[in-house]
Amino acid sequence: MAFRDERRPFSFYLLATGFALYVLFLYGPTITITVLSFQGPDGGLTFPMNGTSTHWFANLFERQAVGDFEGSIRRSLILGLMVMVLTVTISIAAGLAYRKGFRGETPLFYLSMASLIIPSILVSLGIGLMFQLIGLHPTWYGSALGAQLTWTLPFGLLIMFAVFNRFNPSYEEAGRDLGATAWQNLRHVVLPIIAPSVFGVALFGFTLSYDEFPRTLMTGGTFNTLPLEIMAMTTSVTTPVLYALGTVTTGISLTVIIVCLGTAFVIQRRRAARGSDAGRGV
Amino acid sequence: MSAEAVAARPWRRKLVPYFQAGPLTLVLALFLIFPIVTIVIVSFFDYNSVQIIPAFILDNYRDVLFSKVTWQTYLNTFGYVIVVWAITLFIGFWIAYFLVFHIRTNTIRIACFLLTTIPFWTSNIIRMISWIPLLGRNGLVNALLLHAGVTGHPLEFLLYSPFSVVVAFVHLNTFFMIVPISNTMARIDKSLIEAARDANASGWQILTNVVIPLSKTGIAIGSIFIFTVVMGDFATVNVMSGGQSASVGLMMRNEMSELQYPAAAANAVVLLVIMLLIVSAIVRLVDIRKEL
Repeated sequence: MAFRDERRPFSFYLLATGFALYVLFLYGPTITITVLSFQGPDGGLTFPMNGTSTHWFANLFERQAVGDFEGSIRRSLILGLMVMVLTVTISIAAGLAYRKGFRGETPLFYLSMASLIIPSILVSLGIGLMFQLIGLHPTWYGSALGAQLTWTLPFGLLIMFAVFNRFNPSYEEAGRDLGATAWQNLRHVVLPIIAPSVFGVALFGFTLSYDEFPRTLMTGGTFNTLPLEIMAMTTSVTTPVLYALGTVTTGISLTVIIVCLGTAFVIQRRRAARGSDAGRGV
Repeated sequence: MSAEAVAARPWRRKLVPYFQAGPLTLVLALFLIFPIVTIVIVSFFDYNSVQIIPAFILDNYRDVLFSKVTWQTYLNTFGYVIVVWAITLFIGFWIAYFLVFHIRTNTIRIACFLLTTIPFWTSNIIRMISWIPLLGRNGLVNALLLHAGVTGHPLEFLLYSPFSVVVAFVHLNTFFMIVPISNTMARIDKSLIEAARDANASGWQILTNVVIPLSKTGIAIGSIFIFTVVMGDFATVNVMSGGQSASVGLMMRNEMSELQYPAAAANAVVLLVIMLLIVSAIVRLVDIRKEL
């Protein structure tokens, strides 16, 4: 198999072609609508391009074309940030708890995994009904926030497991020997070492919330988040404005992905450059 | 608190993990356990066209279990599950195999891995819509097929059909197979494969006798994901079939939009029970705890 001095076997070229085709399959459609979102004003939903313009992007901000684009994108961004902060904090805290061990850790783990695989529409229906029975109004910053956390937290927890599985406890012991308090140890030893993974958790928290719709469906309340707005548009809008919206949202997601991965990467590089042994445990 | 204080008050130290796990427990209790309990309760409620009425009746379950539509919908959904599972397993296994065994440097492996993961962090609905200009009647695929002379007229079954539903499912969810399988494969001790080679095993024998058995856990976890995602889906089936195909999730979604919440709740309970049975069957078949 893979040894540096060996010639590549035939299967390598076969699988490499397969991988390339899969990547094309993954990205092809998105690239297609990105190109089509620059359709001329008279262009349609399919090729050929009828001239090029930014007409459909301008169209996004006209109220009649898209229900409430500005409001929904604002809500989705705020909600995404809230979910991100909560996912990071709660996941790190839970990860630390699992390092020490506690009674009920196994049921809590299974519950988290159940949260990951229970169909979103069930969570949505359940929270919606629960609010209705208690007599509370669902809101995007309340019930929808909770609904989305049931989706992002399991990912955060799994990442923390992966991180702490490879975490060398002797760093903290050294900190303790030097007289660090538990809090100082966390702030100056543990967090810096796990920092790159924390950006990974943040990435999951934000993007999964920003694109989430089945769990928000019955929990979002009066005002739509962006994915719900898009969902409603799929049946009513038949112009490339839909593609323009796709290009904008994908652009926002990609920006967040690049910022998070880039930061994690820079932290790793700096460490390597400084020759610090911090992070070797990770 | 200082180290001495901690040593002096061990009970405080013991409480720390409970505070740390508290927020997670609270969120899951409030937004997962209670809602599921609510669904079970409401599934016994009565309802009319405007409201749900607290009661204890079994009518909702009778309607679900003795309706021909339910059975056909479940059959249809299982059809999607099996086809999507087979395709994603095939693609996922070989991609994972390629990334783990054929890529030689770690940097390239991480880069390829990210390449397969990045779309997961972008919008699912947009990724579904993206198939319209490709698969539509005047889409790129039809244009190519017409141009190549493969077909004389545009193929209608490409979009708004079970075909496009499966394409979108595979497009959106193969990620769920690749990650756990490559995770398990990466832990296979390379010396086992060398040993098999030294014992004169062919590539095929190494695959079927070493790699596949040792990747079982990852395959099981991936299968659980694919099964639960497809089983509970409503959006992919709705958008990609143009409302012409049925699925269990979509059936619930329609009942919800007609405010027939107790009916949707009974459906949800049935779905949950079926999923529990199948997931526990998979877990019994393959011990996935090895992975943790």
